[in-house]
Amino acid sequence: MNIADIKKTIIKEILNIAPEIEEAEIVDDENIQHSLEIDSFDFLKILIALNEKLGVEVPEADYTKVDTLNKMVDYFSKRL
Amino acid sequence: MSENTTYREAVKRAIHKAMKEDERVFLMGEDVGRYGGSYAVSMGFLEEFGSERIIDTPLCESGFTGAGIGAAVNGMRPIVEIMTINFSFLALDQIINSASKLLYMSGGQFNVPIVIRMATGGGNQLGAQHSHSLEGWYAHVPGLKVLTPATVQDAYDMVGLALDHPDPILIFENSNLYNTKGELDTNATPLPIGKAKIHREGKDLTLLTYGVNLLKALKAHERLAKEGIDVEVIDLRSLRPLDDEAIMASVKKTHRVMIVDEGWKSGSISAEIMARINEQAFYELDAPMVRVCSAEVPFPYAEHLERAAMPQVDEIVAMAHKVMEES
Amino acid sequence: MSEFIMPSLGADMESAVLMEWKIKEGDKVKKGDIIAEVETSKGVIEIEIFEDGIVEKLLVEPETECKVGTPLAIIHSVSERINISPAAKKRAKELGVDLEKLASQTKGTINLSQVEATDEKTETKAPTTDGMRQAIARAMSKSNTEIPHYYLSTSINMTAALKWLEELNSQRPIGERILPAALLIHAIVLALKKVPQLNGFWQNDTQEIISEINPGIAIALRKGGLITPAILNTQEMNLNETMHSLDDLITRTRTGKLKGGEMTQQTITITNLGDLGIESVFGVIYPPQVAIVGIGNIMDVPWAENDMLCARKVVKVTLAGDHRATDGRIGAQFLDKLDKILQKPEELL
Repeated sequence: MNIADIKKTIIKEILNIAPEIEEAEIVDDENIQHSLEIDSFDFLKILIALNEKLGVEVPEADYTKVDTLNKMVDYFSKRL
Repeated sequence: MSENTTYREAVKRAIHKAMKEDERVFLMGEDVGRYGGSYAVSMGFLEEFGSERIIDTPLCESGFTGAGIGAAVNGMRPIVEIMTINFSFLALDQIINSASKLLYMSGGQFNVPIVIRMATGGGNQLGAQHSHSLEGWYAHVPGLKVLTPATVQDAYDMVGLALDHPDPILIFENSNLYNTKGELDTNATPLPIGKAKIHREGKDLTLLTYGVNLLKALKAHERLAKEGIDVEVIDLRSLRPLDDEAIMASVKKTHRVMIVDEGWKSGSISAEIMARINEQAFYELDAPMVRVCSAEVPFPYAEHLERAAMPQVDEIVAMAHKVMEES
Repeated sequence: MSEFIMPSLGADMESAVLMEWKIKEGDKVKKGDIIAEVETSKGVIEIEIFEDGIVEKLLVEPETECKVGTPLAIIHSVSERINISPAAKKRAKELGVDLEKLASQTKGTINLSQVEATDEKTETKAPTTDGMRQAIARAMSKSNTEIPHYYLSTSINMTAALKWLEELNSQRPIGERILPAALLIHAIVLALKKVPQLNGFWQNDTQEIISEINPGIAIALRKGGLITPAILNTQEMNLNETMHSLDDLITRTRTGKLKGGEMTQQTITITNLGDLGIESVFGVIYPPQVAIVGIGNIMDVPWAENDMLCARKVVKVTLAGDHRATDGRIGAQFLDKLDKILQKPEELL
């Protein structure tokens, strides 16, 4: 899976959990919880879904390493 | 290959082509030969095709229209030119009692492949008797087909379509169109008889018209577009048969209807179209249908009065505003 | 639509006191009906209406003095026939839009775009309609008018609880992790068991303590609107079950699949605006409940402990209580219990 695929998967799961969001609203370097009004619940659900899709589990201690789209892509691509 | 030419030239070329290709085709009418046609459509034809195929007739519409019908029944392909619609009343019996009914009354033995062309419309200060737009009347009659070419392309195509057709066809050429210019592609596949043409797509209002009023409708379209009113302009092309399918499809899209017709309102083609929309698409309407037609008076001679009596761009625009406000 | 104005009941009359309405909003009235009593210097006079219609709105409260010409009520004239375009009629049928209702809000002709606009309101903003806003508005106005609120707030050191939670979560697969929000709700439920007076209703001038603890959880719908469905019977749940129920409730709230009881059986409200970075929440009680607990953002703050200043994770928890049902002392007990419970997180499981 290349970086573009990972990004696509992440975006897809975000939209899945929060269907009200428009894809264009997901900005690479913004904190997704703040910019998309995703609460801690949605955030956890996104990580659960990504764990299922990508097989990478993000420990709680690493939450700050996955708080933007770019950071997520980076985090998952290093662990795949 | 398309080229820019006049409506007159398009009709002329279509007849010329038919004369060249089919020996059965001939042209008959008042002043079509030596004078070259009242609107100069057949200029030079007499010299080229001779007096057997380009026939100057006496001033007797009933007589030469009847002769044309006889020739058609006997296998010829006559093009009868009646100078203007105003004189066609003298041939009504031939057109309505003979041309439209022979196929039926002969039990299908005799079809009448005649093409009757005539100029129509007002606006040239020709007075009350010579300014009619009564093509809608002919559309009343089963057995006739009524074509109203508005564009240079249709002026050309419709002659060929009519000659290929086994039954009587009336072509109404608005006299104000002969000098208009437009693109003509003599190799294009003609849009069949009975098909309307969408000239401008729009979502707010369906504007149905034909003949010379297409040009006014397009001007109104332009003005209304600047105001953000998106008008769909449809050229009916044929008043009989009417393209119900295209009309209803557009009504379904815009939910508002305006008809522009130089005929009078009472018992007119515009009334017929409204009736059909009512029958077939009532629940698509979001506002009462409206029409811009000629005032119900004999056409005045005075220039300003005549202008006021006929549909004009300002009136179309104002009526569009009214419809949009009502819904 | 027309205004019914204070009539002149004599050349010398400048004003009169509207004593009593004989009609209410929504009533049909006929020309000549007596619709109100007014008191003038000449005594109480009945006033009549001069047109047929429906009472749209009463503009003046009884016992108000009004000058002649003051609008007193809005009358929707029945003679104003509402036209509905055929296309609007058809579309309304397809969409299930109530044309009668729309007609009551419209002047002139109802057309397609109005029907479709109505539908957008009902469809895409589903539970967040103007209706919801109005329901919230009504309940909150009633609350603020009728309920004497008292507010208490305390800062709770969450360091131990969060550390414990982190430890717990690190041993769990991602799907079984517990969020701090669930931990706080569970702790609140445990505190309510010790201080049950806050869990219940104030109705007919009496307090009703309810044994089921059904906290209504304020859940924001991203496209606007907020609802507070309940997690039912939390008194029987452990932390895992609370987390699971909360997860389930939020998911169903946002997909519009709530059950009736969840929308009607709340016994207390918990509102957590922490995710938005809010420090503390002073809530308005949803009647007939008697309390609302507000949870702020868990923040790193300087904290004095054992004569030392250190950084700690701290949350501000606020209680708004109905002073008719409880006193500040009860509220204080509750917050104190909550604090104590959160200091011993290992007992939360």
